[in-house]
Amino acid sequence: MDLFLQQTFDGLATGAIYASLALAVVMIYQAIDHFNFAQGEMAMFSTFIAWQLIVWGTPYWLAFVICLVVSFIGGMLIERIVFAPIHAAPVLSHIVVFIALTLIFNAMAGFIWEFTIKEFPSPFPERLPFDTTLIGPHELGVVGVTLVMLFLIYAFFRFTPVGLAMRAAAANPVSAALVGISVRKMLALGWGLAATVGAVAGMMIAPKVYLEPNMMLGILLYGFAGAVVGGLTSPGGAVVGGFLMGVLENLAGTYVIGSELKLTFALVVIVAVLLFRPAGLFGRVVVQRV
Amino acid sequence: MTHPGAGPHANPMNSWTLFGIALPRLRAALILTGIALAIVLPLVVSSFSVFQMTQVLVYAIAVLGLNLLTGYNGQFSLGHSAFYALGAYTTAIMIDQYEIAYFWTILPAGLVCFAGGFLFGLPALRLEGLYLALATFALAVAMPQLLRFEHFETLTGGVQGLDVFKPDSPVPFLDADRYLYYFVLVWGGLLLVGAWNLVHGRTGRALIAIRDNPIAARTMGINTAVYKSLTFGVSGFYTGIAGALGAIVAEFVAPDSFTFFLSVWFLVGMVVGGLASIPAAIAGGIFILYMPNISEEVIAVFFGNDPNAKALIWVVFGLFLIFTVYVVPNGLAGLIRHFVVKFARPSGSRPGRR
Repeated sequence: MDLFLQQTFDGLATGAIYASLALAVVMIYQAIDHFNFAQGEMAMFSTFIAWQLIVWGTPYWLAFVICLVVSFIGGMLIERIVFAPIHAAPVLSHIVVFIALTLIFNAMAGFIWEFTIKEFPSPFPERLPFDTTLIGPHELGVVGVTLVMLFLIYAFFRFTPVGLAMRAAAANPVSAALVGISVRKMLALGWGLAATVGAVAGMMIAPKVYLEPNMMLGILLYGFAGAVVGGLTSPGGAVVGGFLMGVLENLAGTYVIGSELKLTFALVVIVAVLLFRPAGLFGRVVVQRV
Repeated sequence: MTHPGAGPHANPMNSWTLFGIALPRLRAALILTGIALAIVLPLVVSSFSVFQMTQVLVYAIAVLGLNLLTGYNGQFSLGHSAFYALGAYTTAIMIDQYEIAYFWTILPAGLVCFAGGFLFGLPALRLEGLYLALATFALAVAMPQLLRFEHFETLTGGVQGLDVFKPDSPVPFLDADRYLYYFVLVWGGLLLVGAWNLVHGRTGRALIAIRDNPIAARTMGINTAVYKSLTFGVSGFYTGIAGALGAIVAEFVAPDSFTFFLSVWFLVGMVVGGLASIPAAIAGGIFILYMPNISEEVIAVFFGNDPNAKALIWVVFGLFLIFTVYVVPNGLAGLIRHFVVKFARPSGSRPGRR
């Protein structure tokens, strides 16, 4: 039982990471109806920016904020520069550009900051105010940050006029444009927000796995799995899915398949969910008009 | 989308027949030149160049496999490195563990991948577009881990991988490299002609119809489920054979040779070469083999021998991809087609199908 509890809590801790990345994936999916295959590399690149600032002597939280701002602007620029011209292009073009961005970010990070692994500091205190062996301070902090982020996003979409406009632009671009919403701006905003959420995820992940250009591939797969399990149309679902993937990964790793097949496990989960419940646990079933 | 060569040509006097395929004269001449070059060139260039040309053919076959799936049938795959790996390992295991002669291993590797592709294609029927890309992405990311898995280690050699010995040349005047080149060339030629016939017949029209409008295709009585999963199988078959040949050429298979980035290479080759074009596969193969070398040299001019600058090769690849999507969405093949249509045909005799 102890082992079970320990593994579950460990799973929740890694799950928080997947959840934050899944949240970023869903944000983009909501805005543009595409998976952003470059999400992981974008988050990695943002994290490197924060790392560079910290190495230059910037205090952690200042670096954190600057990194978020830079990521937000960067995300908007990517939408404006790279994706706006191919807005109407077929799906394949989008996938190809996502892959191209993945390559570019990965290689640029390696070129600028080298491929050696780097330590990334955790902002949370070294020990918890109470005594527990179930969860470490950084892990608990990550869970907290993810939940706060989810709450902020929920509040943004639910209670602000801009959030409402973004939802309208995603749900029905033509009608949204007719009532005076700039769909272009909303798209750029969606990208900016997703890049920001991804940057937070990257900075939460980096202390656990070390910072290096290739750190994200496996994590992104779990982020996708979390988003798919929770439902691609539901930010809350994505967070639940992310946590669920973390716990399942750990429990399956401990009791069933061992630690060597974790990525294969994600593959099986993704295929199974897409086959049997494509809308995920909390997603809307999308009906196509013919 | 019009398809050059898809329909019967208006004037039989203007066309030649190659391998039972009627072609416009210019195109037939180009193909004959290409074949002649492919046969003669290896006899005059260095062994290393021959090795590279062999690699080009291997990549071309894989790109062709991907193009059948994506270009002609409209299904996406980021997971073709997995099929390539499956083919490579089938061959390596047969040669290394069971001591079967290399030439008996190519077809079985293809068939294993046909089965693998067909089986993966079955659930893929329910996955459209992006979802399929996601599932195949997961497959590609997970594959090296499966190959490394300890319980398969007796078969796959685990992290170490397996050695494949390069076959000796049975032809007295050819060395091993050149013999291998011709061996791969024969396979490549067969597969190329096979693909041509596949896409220019009834089946090909069905594939293209499914790509362009699945609902209309179904209304016309095309069994989309069967065609889509079979296309996945055939695509796997091609890529598997490429993997099998690739294993023999590289003399070695190991899990880390078959990462997600290999899939990206095939994708790059397909997109830059041109979608829905058979000869484009060769252009794609040439591109993904020579482009890294050329960019490496250009990068060396600017950054010297900085090992991190090598990463910039991938940036060049990325920029090429974006450039292709923006400027020449039909790739190199589309570009050539465009110029041929524009300049090579006298204006009076331009066929009416444009």
